[in-house]
Order: sequence, then C-alpha cells, then structure tokens
Amino acid sequence: MEGLYDIPVIGLVIQFVAYLVAQFPLVAPIIVAAAVPIVLGALCGFMNERSGVVNIGIEGMMLIAAFTAWWAASLTAQAIPASPGPFGITPALFVGLAVGILAACLTSLLHAWLSISLRADQIISGTIINVFAFGITGYLNILVSQNAPRAGGQLSRLLLPGSITEIPVIGLIVKAFISVGPIALTMLISVVVLQYLLYRSRWGLRTRAVGEHPRASETVGIDVIRLRYRNVILGGIFAGLAGAYLTIEFGNAFQSGMTNGRGFIALAALIFGRWTPLGSFGAALLFAASVGLERSINISPPTGTLGDLMTSVPSQFYGALPYIITIVVLAGVVGRSVAPAADGIPYQRESKAA
Amino acid sequence: MISRIRAVVLVPALAIVLALVTGAILMIATSPLVTGELSLILPLQAYLAMLSGAFGSFDGLVRTLVNATPLVLAGLAVGIGFKAGLFNIGAQGQFIVGALLSTAVALGVNDAPPLVGIPMALLAGMVGGLVWGFIPGFLKAYTGAHEVVTTIMLNYVALAVISWAVSGPMRGANVTFARTDDILSASLPILLGRDGHLGILLAAVAVPIAAWLLYRSTVGFEIRTTGANPEAARYAGMRPKNLIVFTMSLCGLFAGLAGATEILGEVGYMTASYSTGVGFDAIAVALLGRAHPVGILFAALLFGAMQAGAGNMQILAGLPVQMVDVLQAVILLFLTAEIVVRRIFRVRGQTAEMVEMASVSRSYGGGAT
Repeated sequence: MEGLYDIPVIGLVIQFVAYLVAQFPLVAPIIVAAAVPIVLGALCGFMNERSGVVNIGIEGMMLIAAFTAWWAASLTAQAIPASPGPFGITPALFVGLAVGILAACLTSLLHAWLSISLRADQIISGTIINVFAFGITGYLNILVSQNAPRAGGQLSRLLLPGSITEIPVIGLIVKAFISVGPIALTMLISVVVLQYLLYRSRWGLRTRAVGEHPRASETVGIDVIRLRYRNVILGGIFAGLAGAYLTIEFGNAFQSGMTNGRGFIALAALIFGRWTPLGSFGAALLFAASVGLERSINISPPTGTLGDLMTSVPSQFYGALPYIITIVVLAGVVGRSVAPAADGIPYQRESKAA
Repeated sequence: MISRIRAVVLVPALAIVLALVTGAILMIATSPLVTGELSLILPLQAYLAMLSGAFGSFDGLVRTLVNATPLVLAGLAVGIGFKAGLFNIGAQGQFIVGALLSTAVALGVNDAPPLVGIPMALLAGMVGGLVWGFIPGFLKAYTGAHEVVTTIMLNYVALAVISWAVSGPMRGANVTFARTDDILSASLPILLGRDGHLGILLAAVAVPIAAWLLYRSTVGFEIRTTGANPEAARYAGMRPKNLIVFTMSLCGLFAGLAGATEILGEVGYMTASYSTGVGFDAIAVALLGRAHPVGILFAALLFGAMQAGAGNMQILAGLPVQMVDVLQAVILLFLTAEIVVRRIFRVRGQTAEMVEMASVSRSYGGGAT
C-alpha cells in the first residue's frame, strides 16, 4: 500500500483517501453534527425559494429559535422537574422544542407578510429579520442570564445495539448517521420525504409551478399567494428545528450570535444543492466535511508528502471553502446552479395589477 | 421643493417615531427582568439616558460623530449600489478587506512620516475594498451570479482571509493573542476632543463627492439610468456590464475607506477575529437615508448617536446595549412596511420615490445581463 504513495499526483490522492478512512471514526460524528443545522436551514430556504420567496433571514430565524427553545426549556425545567424519557426527552425539552419552532414560524410569518402581501423587497425583509434577531436575542439573553437560569437539559442520541455498530464499515456509517438525537433523525427523514414530495406529489408540482411561473399557475387555479404563505410558514419549522438543535440537542446553552453564519452556509448549501433537499443534504455534508477536515488536520495532521501539502495550506482555507465553492457554482464556472425563475419576484394578481 | 422634501422625509421620520414607541413597549414588557417589577417609566429613563449620552456632553457629541463616520462611508457603499439596482450586502467584507490592507500598508510605513503614511494607508484601504467589490461586480456582469449571494459569501471569505493574515504573516512581534503590531505613523490625527479623528472629515467630504458623482456627473446619470431601467440604458448606448463592474468597485472603495478610517483612527491595530456590525448597519443606514448621500449622512448620524448613547442607557437604565440593534431593525421594518406607517398616521400624497430600489431583488439565478 505504502508503495503506491510515491506515484505522482495519484499517490497523493491515495494518501488522501487513506487519511480520510483512518480519520473517519473520529471525524464522522463531528461532520454529521455540524451538518444537521446546515441541512435544516437549507430545508427552510428550500420551502421558501422553491415557491418563489428569497430568504436570507434563515440565520435570524435560527437564532430566534435557538434562544426561545433554550429559554422555554429552562423556564419549564424550573416549573416541572421530571426525569428524562427516551431520547432524554423531558417536558421541558418538549416545550422548548415546540416554542422554538413556533417562534421561527412566527418570524417566517413576518417574512411572508412583508414579501408576499406588502410585496416588499425580500432581501430587505431578510435583513430586517437578521438584525432584529441578533438584537432581541442578545438583549433578552443578557437580561435572562442575570437571574442565573436553570439549565433546560439536552436531548440524547439514539443508542444502537452493539451487534449493529460492530459490523465493519457499515457499522461505522450507521453509527455516524443513525445514532444521533431526535432532531438530527427528523432532519434525515425530512430530506427524504421532501425530496419525494417535491417531484411526486401535487404539493410539489404546485410549489415548483409557483416558483417558476406564478402567473401561469394562477391561470390553472393555484392560489399563488396562499401557497407561498403556507410554504414560507412551514419552512419556519425547519429553521426552528435548526435553532433548537443548537441549544437543546447539540449543546444546552445559548450564546449571543451563536448561529455564527450557519444560516448563510445553509443558503450556500441550498444553492450548491441546486434547490433540492437531497442536493442540499449532500452540499451540507461536503461543507461540514470541509470544516471537519480543518479540525482533523489540527488534531492529527497526515504524514508524508500529503501532510506537507495539507499543512502548508492555511487551515482557514478549509473553513472558507464552502463559500468559495458557492461563488464558483453560482458563476457557472463548473456546473451552473440556476434558481427557480420567479425566486425573489413579488407576485401581483392580474386583476389588481392595472 | 418643500413638499418634495416632506414626501421624502416624512415617512422615515414617522418610522423612527413608531420604532421608539415599539422599543418602549418592549422595554416595559421586559422591565420585570431589569428592575424586578413592571416599570412604566423605564423607557423614558432609557431614552433620556441615551439622549444625554449622545448629545449631553462634548465627548458624547464627538463619539456620535466618530460612530457615524464608518456608517456614512459604508452607507454610501450600499446606497450607490441601490441607485444602480444592485444590492451590496458585501459592504461588510469590503470594509474588512479594506481594513486589512490598510493595516498591512500602515505597518509597512511605520517609520515614514505621517504625511506619507496616512495617504498610503488610506489608499490601501480603498484599493482593498475596491477589489472586494470588483469581484461580485465582475461576476454579476459577466456570469450573471447574483450579487446578493456572492457578496454574502465574500463576507465570510473576508473573515477567513483576515484570520489567516493576522494569525500568520501579519502577527505582531510581542503580542499575547493573534493581533498585529500597533500602527504608529499612519494613525489618523485627532482633530476633536478625545477621539475625534480625521476620518470624520473624510466622511463629511465623501458625502458631497458622492452626491456630485451621482447627480452631476455623466457616470452618475448612467448609474441611475441603469438602476431605473437597464433596457432603456442599453438602448441609449450605455454599457450596463461595465457600469455594474464600475459601480460595485466604487461601492467597495467607499466601504474599504470606512474600514481604513476605523482601523487607523479608532482601533490602531487589527485582530484575527476582528468583527464589526458596520456592514449590516450600513444597509439600514442606506435604506433609512433613501439611498441619497444627504439622507445617508443623517441616518448615519442617528445610528451613530444611538450607539453613542447606548452605553449610558445600559449604565443608567440597566438595559443591554443590544436594544439599539432592535430599534434599528424596527425602524427598517416600519420603513419597509410603509403602508402601515401611512395608515397609522393617515399620511396621504405620493409615495416617496423608491424607483431606484424597485429593481433590487431580481431573481438571483437569472442569466447574464
């Protein structure tokens, strides 16, 4: 095996693959954990943009959900102490999750009202949500933290029987993807279900039609405004799950601005994934892997010629890779990504347009 | 003339009033967390503390101007883009790259006299911002990649670039964390009070220059025409592609200058995790100022004053400074939901000109222009 390492270029690729395989057990859980909020955020964007509403406020929606989920869980834990059930679920966590989702849906409703009913610029609407979310969560966080709130607890991962996880190769993959918490599992199921619905259901057909050509959709009897409202608000569920994931599943604390650009990486994953759930999932895994690689190189850098090459590249490069890839894909240099045709254009009914 | 000014100013002014009312309601609602009981006078205390912090003393007044300086320059970077129908969310990244390049040059000329060092460092900031604005402009013009997405992505690339540069090649000699050495000779001189640096003057000069550029020069006419109607502009023999590249670069230049003044006049060095909200505040400033240089000046002064008064508000009323972000967002919200403002105050008459912004968010996957 080592003899192959000296072949020019191909040797490097072989070394790289060998390194990835060796690092997989260590890095895979990190990658999956990092990918969950990105995929969920991208699903929120998917629901919006496929029906023709641009959403750059995913970041803000996630932040609001992260805070409200944590706060609600903390308050409930104070009121109703209980021992955790399966997945570590307590009444507090359940309430936290519900409140987080509800808050994100309400924020989505604001976005829908501004961009669909008022036909305001959707980029501005998204900007408002981001600025507001950053301000209000920071403001409330400081006030709430003064009173030393009780921890709301944390959801735990699915424990698989050893006989499954000990299967070579497959066991590792199953463990990385399936032995996760309930929100991560919901994400996996949502990706598959939404992908199926988009191309195989009446809702999916209508959503695609409204996103590409709303006028034509209206002439065949689809209520464009209503469908857009419904999709944008339902999209809030995924932003809510993404936010709640950060504060009640991945961690159990809230920090000001803790989404830290994940909402924008989600947007990038959506674009790189060509506005499909499965594509976004793949893109998010790739982006998370890029971040995972940065970590892995820091912890145990590869040896030999590959090591020299990879450590000579600044580690920040791997962190910036998702953004660079998105720009390249959007520019159409390698494989063009094209948005739904009506994405970002407010819809005005014909009768009122005069 | 007066009715025209009224039409432009009235709705933003009412939006500010409504935002202050909304903020007051929020303060009352959260007052049990602040004082332990429901307090109806908390908003009054907060706003008075904010006012006295921003205008109550000479130092506070200077602080307002210092805070407004990067907001004016970055606000122009967003506003000029609006005029051309471009949504520059990348003022943030352009600001950061401008700040970085300006720091690099300023450290290089630490031994030169200020008269040489300052212009070079400022110029470097402008060049840095210009490059970071040119990229999305070029991509938009020649590949059709929408500037909203590319500039958002470039904001994060910029963060990675400074993190790499400051923790690597630009790391200072005797520092305990990842930061550069202090900037010496290229530091902007203090003109007013404790920290009123030269940048204030630069921002003040930039406003008439931008106004002249937009409303009196040929290229400004072409920018506005392209923004209002790209088809008509093309028909009239203008070249929208070149204009897009030019405008985005120009926007970047202003944002880069903002970054340079902030580093050279305020901070004095650069850190690897340098973070700022200026680029996003600038969007709010440009919108509140209706994308007009004079409007941007006033909007920046308002936001600068709010930031200057925020500290005082936190000390005297016990409210976290993040209240300012909330207020800014709510101002924007009412500005965007103009119809709500008009209903509440029964404002009649024409809608203020927002022609230049009608074309902002076109489909972002669309083909090349």
